[in-house]
Order: sequence, then C-alpha cells, then structure tokens
Amino acid sequence: MDILPESPARLDVDNISVAYNGTPVLRDITFQIPHGARVAVVGPNGAGKSTLFKALVGLLPLSSGKIFIHNLPLGHHLDCVAYLPQREEVDWHFPVTVRDVVLMGRFGHQKWLQRSGRLDREIAMNSLQQMGISDMADHAISELSGGQQQRVFLSRALAQEPHIFLMDEPFTGVDSTTQEATLVLLDHLRQKKVTVLISTHDLNLASSRFDAVLLLNHTLIAFGDPLSVFTPENLTKAFGPQMLKLPDGMVLVDDCCPPEESSDRKGKVN
Amino acid sequence: MVRGLLASVMVGILCAVMGTYVVLRGMAFLGDAMAHAILPGVAIAYLLHGNLLIGAMIAAVIIALSIGFFSKGGTVKEDTAIGILFAAALSLGVALISSIQTYAVDLSHILFGNVLGVSVSDLWLTAGLGLVVLASVALFYKQFMVISFDPILAATLRLPAELLRNLMLVLLAMTVVVSLQTVGVGLAAAMLITPAATSYLLTRRLWPMMLVSATIGAVSSLVGLYLSYYLNIVSGSAIVLTATAIFLLVFLFRPKQGLLWKKR
Repeated sequence: MDILPESPARLDVDNISVAYNGTPVLRDITFQIPHGARVAVVGPNGAGKSTLFKALVGLLPLSSGKIFIHNLPLGHHLDCVAYLPQREEVDWHFPVTVRDVVLMGRFGHQKWLQRSGRLDREIAMNSLQQMGISDMADHAISELSGGQQQRVFLSRALAQEPHIFLMDEPFTGVDSTTQEATLVLLDHLRQKKVTVLISTHDLNLASSRFDAVLLLNHTLIAFGDPLSVFTPENLTKAFGPQMLKLPDGMVLVDDCCPPEESSDRKGKVN
Repeated sequence: MVRGLLASVMVGILCAVMGTYVVLRGMAFLGDAMAHAILPGVAIAYLLHGNLLIGAMIAAVIIALSIGFFSKGGTVKEDTAIGILFAAALSLGVALISSIQTYAVDLSHILFGNVLGVSVSDLWLTAGLGLVVLASVALFYKQFMVISFDPILAATLRLPAELLRNLMLVLLAMTVVVSLQTVGVGLAAAMLITPAATSYLLTRRLWPMMLVSATIGAVSSLVGLYLSYYLNIVSGSAIVLTATAIFLLVFLFRPKQGLLWKKR
C-alpha cells in the first residue's frame, strides 16, 4: 500500500519542537500521515518516541510548531485520538473491572453527566470480544496477566472509535497471544481507515508489517516506506555507536529492552 | 447525645466516601495536613466568637490553594509544600489558642472533637456540606475516576484535569472541616483513610468500594460513640479505634485473596 500524500492528510505535524522538564527532546519535526496508514516509529532509547506521542495527544505542550488533525488544530476534536500507554504508566491496583476500563473509552462520546447506556455497553463488549477477552469482563484488572491487561487497553482504545491510534511499545514485554492479537487488530484498523502510529524496537516487524517508518532521534532522520528508510546511512545517523556493520553490508542494531525498563516491568507484572 | 450521634454518623459516611479517593490517589499526607491546617481558622473564629466551621472552611480553602501555588510548575515539590504549610498552620493555630485562658480544654476539643457540643445549627451545616460533597462525588463520578486511574486518558478525552483536581481538594477540605466536631483535627485523617483502606481489601470496583467504606465509617462512628459513652473516653479516639479494629479484623480474616468476592 502506498502512502503518497492524499488530501486532506489525517495527521499533519508542522515543524514542532517539544521540551520535557526544560530540556528539548524533539526538534523541528515535520511529517504528514494520510488516512489509514500504519506507521512504525523507530529510534534508540530516549530518542523522543513517547514524547512525540504525548505531544500528539496534547499531554505535552509544544514549544513551537503546530499539529493539525483533519486540517484542524489539535484539541479541536474530542474523540479523535486514542492512546495505548506503556504498561508502567497505569495504576494496575485501582479498583476497576475490565468492563469499567473499556467503558471509559466511551466517555468521550458522552455528555459530561451522562451515564454509559446500552449502546456503550454493546460497543464495549464487542471490542472485548474482538480482543478475545470478553470472558474476563467482570475481573478486576489487577487479576489479569500482563498480556491480558494490554488487550483490555486495546479494547478500550477500540471502544473510543478513534481516527488516530497511538500505541507506545505494544510489542514489548507481552506474550505471543497478545502480540498476535495486536497484529490482527492492526489489520482490522486498516479496514476501518484508522491511522495507526506504533513505537517499536522490533526493526524486522517495522520493515515487514508497516506502510511507513518514521526514524527518530530527537530530529526526524527519515520518513517513508521501510525500504527507503532502513539504509545503513540512516541507521547510523539514528543509532550511532549502538550499531554493528558487517563486511557484507549487513547492519546489526542492538537496542532491545533497556535494562531499567525490563526490571521495572518484572516488578509490576505480578 | 442524639445530635452527636447524627453528626458522627454523617461525618463517618462523608469521610469514608472522600477517603476512597484519598487512598487511591495517595493523598493521605494531604488529608492529614489539611486537617491540621484548619486549626488557625478555628482559633480565629473562636476568638472572634464566630462559627468555628466557617473559620475552618476559610482556612482549609486558603491552605488548599496555597499548596497549589507553591508547588505549581515544580518549584517546590508538592509534599514539601504540604509539609511546610501544615507545620506553619498548626503552629499558628496553637499559638492563637494558647492566648485563650481556658486553652487546655478548648484545645483538646478542637484536636480530638467534642460530639456533645454539637449544636442544631452545626448539624444543619454538617448536613448541608455533606450533601454538597456527596452530590459532587456522584455527579463527577466518571471524571474523578478517569483522572485518578488514568491521567493520560483524561488528557485524550480533553477533561479539564487541573480544574477537577482543585474541585477534589475543595471537597476534601469541606469533608475535613465537617469532621472537626466529632473526631477533631488530630484524628480526621484516620477517618478519611482507615474505612477506605479497609474497603479496598474487600472490593474490586470503585462504587462498591465507596459503599462499603461508607458503611464501615458509619458503623465505626456509631459503635465508637457508644463505647466512649460507656467507657467514659474521648469520642474521637473511640471512633477511630473502632475503625482501626475493623481494619485489623478485615486484614486478618478477609476471604483468602478475595476468593469469596470474585464470584460477583
């Protein structure tokens, strides 16, 4: 599938810079993503992938530049963007059931004081079914495995009926069932013309299952189809010393699972 | 005694419901600080022969807003700001009260509550404030749940998180003020935290947690008040000790890893 810019682009990022706690993390980023494209966001740790996502949902202020969704400035649409957070960012001991969490995805479609109705419940149950965990609907989220918890959050994002779906590291630290369910979900989202941005460390996955790759290391190094992005020059620019070039032109990048993240995860899963 | 009983039960319920958020959002220190920080307001109201609850309310709102002011943008860490303001306010309160001649008696009433001194107008004020707090918790159930559970979702839903947080602080302040009469500033934090923490062990969803917490709060107040009457001990202590006893019982004898409660 080609991603030649058709108009209007769903997501239009115009020369943005973002600072986090006073230090600039992203500089002068510009790109456009059209309807229904599936984009992998790739870069070394600390390259600003999560920062980019947080800026896209309006969690972090832009120090300069603009973000447009459907040609309208960010913040104009209420229910447009769904975000799958990294596992560490969620309080897994909060007293809510799976169903409660998924119903939260419907709040954007409701008025301020409105309660979830029959339609909301149906949509919530359908998205749970789609992720294969409808039998867990009445379990507390603290009782689930890490992969099941991720599928709950994917269900919630589905229930939001988003136009743009951001997933922060959905393939890291989850079981293969969940990875597979996530990939199936991606195909479903493509049919619905939902634009998907996924940050990942898995370069093979990025080059085989995505329309485009956004290579990031504080600045935008390359953006386009995987073949044109994954060149030795670009990878050297992005990963620098973390890379090993073999004589026959092969390039190895060792950047999976940073130690502090994986130890964190072990602590929280059980 | 009947007025005292009514006030105690209302406070027990109110504290227990707000306490749910205090426990879940990790605001225990803030709740405790807020309770102590209202002391100067009470003292000034006492010196001016005004209504103690109104004095307390004004002090609580000032403290809540000051904490926000000092910790805004990370200039001072929030718990540091709380620590500074709470110690200062407590000192100011004690200093003011120590200028009153009968201060030993008055201070103990303020610190540990005086259920027998609850007047009819106090009762109405308690009921009024309580109703406002409970109504807000019910109306904004959805919003409060989202900002507590998942601030990132709150942002993608474009909820005014800052505003909701401040509203929650004001509700917390009102709750603490109301609990002044029955358990006093020294023990208000216990009534916020203990029933909610007990309920957390027994429930798996937010609103049942609130209901169970409220029941525990009400029962603790009722039983505690009777105990204080028959054993001739301070009512606030009796109520808090009852709540603590319930917590210990639940902690020790709760259904093994919630087995009994998984069915529903």
